[in-house]
Amino acid sequence: MVADDGGRGSASRSARVRPYALTQGRTAPGHILFVETLVTTLDCEQGEESALDAGRRDMPEVRAIIVLCRGVRSVAEVSALLNLPLGVVRVLISDLAAQGRISVYQTAGDTGRPDRALLERLLGGLRRL
Amino acid sequence: MDYAGSEPGVAGLHVPPLAVPNQRRSDGTPPITSTKIVVSGGFGVGKTTLVASVSEIEPLTTESVMTVMSESTDRLDGLPDKTTTTVAMDFGRVTLESDLVLYLFGTPGQGRFQFMWDDLVRGAVGAIVMVDTRRVEECFPAIDYFERSGLPFVVAINMFDGSPMYEESDLRDALSLRPETPLIECDARNRRSSAEALAQVVVHALRMVGAR
Repeated sequence: MVADDGGRGSASRSARVRPYALTQGRTAPGHILFVETLVTTLDCEQGEESALDAGRRDMPEVRAIIVLCRGVRSVAEVSALLNLPLGVVRVLISDLAAQGRISVYQTAGDTGRPDRALLERLLGGLRRL
Repeated sequence: MDYAGSEPGVAGLHVPPLAVPNQRRSDGTPPITSTKIVVSGGFGVGKTTLVASVSEIEPLTTESVMTVMSESTDRLDGLPDKTTTTVAMDFGRVTLESDLVLYLFGTPGQGRFQFMWDDLVRGAVGAIVMVDTRRVEECFPAIDYFERSGLPFVVAINMFDGSPMYEESDLRDALSLRPETPLIECDARNRRSSAEALAQVVVHALRMVGAR
């Protein structure tokens, strides 16, 4: 099925970050952009434009992501807070990750199901709520 | 819906970002881990209520634009002859430890949206299927889906005021539940009850890890 991506032409492609995506300067192949995957803008002081972003002619959506992700955000939060469809946000974030401008954190489920140690921490946390 | 013409908004910037330790952990892993539990069930069964009662932020809505089978009735947008639609998904967030955050995703329960679930449930801890005993059949697509996918899930009867009470064995029969699938009760309006329902998902997931 083909998603309506508003005519930009790239939103219906892969939800995966390209294998050469950079995270904090290291190559981290196989990162997947789940809805809960956390991302954050790299090398950016509050209120300043980083060297990576200076002089670029980014789409407004890309600029908005860069600004929003100065705090750590999930992919779903980026989509919701910027009012952009998930598919579009995934493509833009994966591009930014490939350019080394956004760091992508691993999630508990990147390697399949969350492991026992994580489940036990989760259980403890929920029972303390 | 055409997104190309609209500037991305900043309306949600008041939603605070996660407080994340600056340093990577001593073993070199990133300083925070995220995971998710999926909340499913029929329309109006209380998915967003459960998410809201546990979430530390007002539930947010994210939209996926997708193609749907042409149907003459039951259109989401009420427009005829349109083959794409926007499916909304509500979600919340709860920071359980300084370096562990859980996301809760409410998914549309209708069977025709199942193709989007594959994408959503990948990597999930498990799922809750919420049931309104006045309309049990509305949870069948979700139960069928999670049984087939192998994702750990529990079935939670949402205790609406005035809902008829049934024996557990009658409910299990009515839902055709497998013996290993937990059936619990919860009050989605109550934070403690909702958190315990989520804890039961984790307990079941732990059981399935042990069985592997």
